[in-house]
Amino acid sequence: MKRRTLMHLAAAAVAIAAAAAPALAQDALRIGAVGPKTGPLAGGGAVTFWPNVQLWAADVNARGGINVGGTMRPVEIVEYDDQTNPGETIKAVQRLATEDQVDFILAPYSTGLNLAAAPIFDRFGYPMVTHTATTDKVAELSAQFPNMFFSLGGAQGIATGVVEVLTGLRDRGDIGNRVAMVNVADAFGIELAGAARPQLEAAGFEIVYETSYPLGTQDLSPIMKGAVAATPDAFVAWSYPPDTFALTEQAVIENLAVGAFFTAVGTSFPGYAGRFAAQAEGVLGVGGVHADGAAFQEYAARHEAVTGAKPDFWASAMTYSTFQVLEQAIEGAGTTDRAAVAQYIKDNAFETVIGTLDYDENNNNPAFWTVGQWQGGVFKGVASTGREGAVDVVVKPAWQ
Amino acid sequence: MDIVITGLVLGGTYALIAMGLNLQYGVARIMNLANGEILVAGAFAAFWFWTAAQLSPLLTIFLVAPVAYVVNWLIYVIILRPLVRRAKSRGQLEVDAILTTFGLGFVAVGLMLAVMGGDYFSYSYLSVPVMLFGEPYGLNRIVAFLAAVVICGALYLWLNRSRAGLAIRAIATAPASARLVGIDVPRLSARAFALGGAVTAVGGALISTFLTLDASTGVIFTLKALVIVIMGGVGDVRGTIVAALLLGLLETFVAVLIDPGLTLAAAYLLFVLILLFRPQGLFGRRTT
Repeated sequence: MKRRTLMHLAAAAVAIAAAAAPALAQDALRIGAVGPKTGPLAGGGAVTFWPNVQLWAADVNARGGINVGGTMRPVEIVEYDDQTNPGETIKAVQRLATEDQVDFILAPYSTGLNLAAAPIFDRFGYPMVTHTATTDKVAELSAQFPNMFFSLGGAQGIATGVVEVLTGLRDRGDIGNRVAMVNVADAFGIELAGAARPQLEAAGFEIVYETSYPLGTQDLSPIMKGAVAATPDAFVAWSYPPDTFALTEQAVIENLAVGAFFTAVGTSFPGYAGRFAAQAEGVLGVGGVHADGAAFQEYAARHEAVTGAKPDFWASAMTYSTFQVLEQAIEGAGTTDRAAVAQYIKDNAFETVIGTLDYDENNNNPAFWTVGQWQGGVFKGVASTGREGAVDVVVKPAWQ
Repeated sequence: MDIVITGLVLGGTYALIAMGLNLQYGVARIMNLANGEILVAGAFAAFWFWTAAQLSPLLTIFLVAPVAYVVNWLIYVIILRPLVRRAKSRGQLEVDAILTTFGLGFVAVGLMLAVMGGDYFSYSYLSVPVMLFGEPYGLNRIVAFLAAVVICGALYLWLNRSRAGLAIRAIATAPASARLVGIDVPRLSARAFALGGAVTAVGGALISTFLTLDASTGVIFTLKALVIVIMGGVGDVRGTIVAALLLGLLETFVAVLIDPGLTLAAAYLLFVLILLFRPQGLFGRRTT
């Protein structure tokens, strides 16, 4: 009796395993995903990166998978947390390549982690379609790592966008010449401030207050007091999410009266409008999307339905778009051969939620959003290097 | 005047961050590296109650404090007490506690990630200006400062005026001798640890009204608390308060008069100077 039960159990187990196996093990495309779930960049990763991994896998599998040379293959995601530690990113990619033997690996989150992982992607020959790496060294990097692609633009482009927006406001007579500029003292803030300074001066702006602050500063009120005392017409902060929130809050408290208020990373997060509500109106930030476009709205609705969270108005859509590039390249090349897929990305243009992505001879996407603005509860793109759908910038109303 | 108020307010924030660790390290002898995670958990509770039920963080702390007290008491009794029993010397306990709580910190981060995801929790509470001497300050920071004054004052009075406080100070000074005069050291140590946790969680709830946190920011606060506790002198409430205010004032002075980029450098320079010239901390007793 006992033996019989056991036999039944075993038979049932085999049956279940047999039924489950084809969907998972045999013809699934294994896709690796590495990014921060803990550490300093976990917050950004949780808004921008991980939900899109989830959404993309759900979308692909809802379609029945990726068509690889006539076979529909569902995707199976293998995830690792790199703790925002470049060493861990490298280890995770190595593990994905050698132990998990995944077919493709999604590019990690943030500039630093992408730069750290580029050599190991290159060594194993994985195409690396970055979504959240902003760098001015695209030509050098793509020469060194021929399968690395860049989508989100560089510091120069973003700084140019900000200066153009300010110049536009000044030429319309909305603001004067005086600019206060602050930056977080880490690679991102230093590079952007360095890029913006000469451009602002060349455009005839006077920088009346400039300073930097360490990452993780818990009280930014001295900085805002300094900025207020300099009576600027425009305020520009190359900031990270926690300081973006803190600087905005201090600006409200100190009643910084400017016609243009720009904060960098985090401004485009849905949580920004959630926190500041009407105060967010007219705030400028890095990024933007064609928020009124059908493609973005449809994407945003799916993002919320599948992941339970809203996408941000900058890199979220770009992140998803690079996954679409990879998907379309695999289908187009009709193979999982990595070199062939990488070559396909170089040779073709791709229709994505952000619009057409067409990488140039340096593997660079030349058309990206640079500046967005909160208008009526939506963060709309106001400046780009060749994207459609920009709206007119408005002068920042007084804080309420 | 402006610098002094801003500095004092920042110092109050620092006192909130460090006071709990002082109780845990000074009395219960547990160098709790998961302290920052408790703080973040308190902040998360405030955020959650605010977004779900519009419950003011100033009310939430009355929920947070007892829950954190019980949780920390359980952590001490279940996980840390065996270490205390096993340890042959203070040094060994310190090493064991550091390793254990370091691990606990990872567990806490993982739990919080699972419960609330990795997103920032940021909300707006009392972020309106109040005018003091003609200068605007964030009301949430002022409220947190006043709460810090109340909490630190209450702790100070309790430790110096009550019988239980006397016993706790005795443990902080000489745990071995405290037993000889009839103090129940294990029981009071557990209480001190739990109380430290409760204070930290309340601090987190208050701080969340003006700082943007996420599940993995705890370590920043652990480090800051560590610096302040060691600067002030282990096991001395006054020391922690003075060190916290000193640090707040110094950082604000440097930020306003020299350069905001140098605040961290100035803070650690002060730390190094104190370690060099007064290694036991401002109010610490020289160990033999």
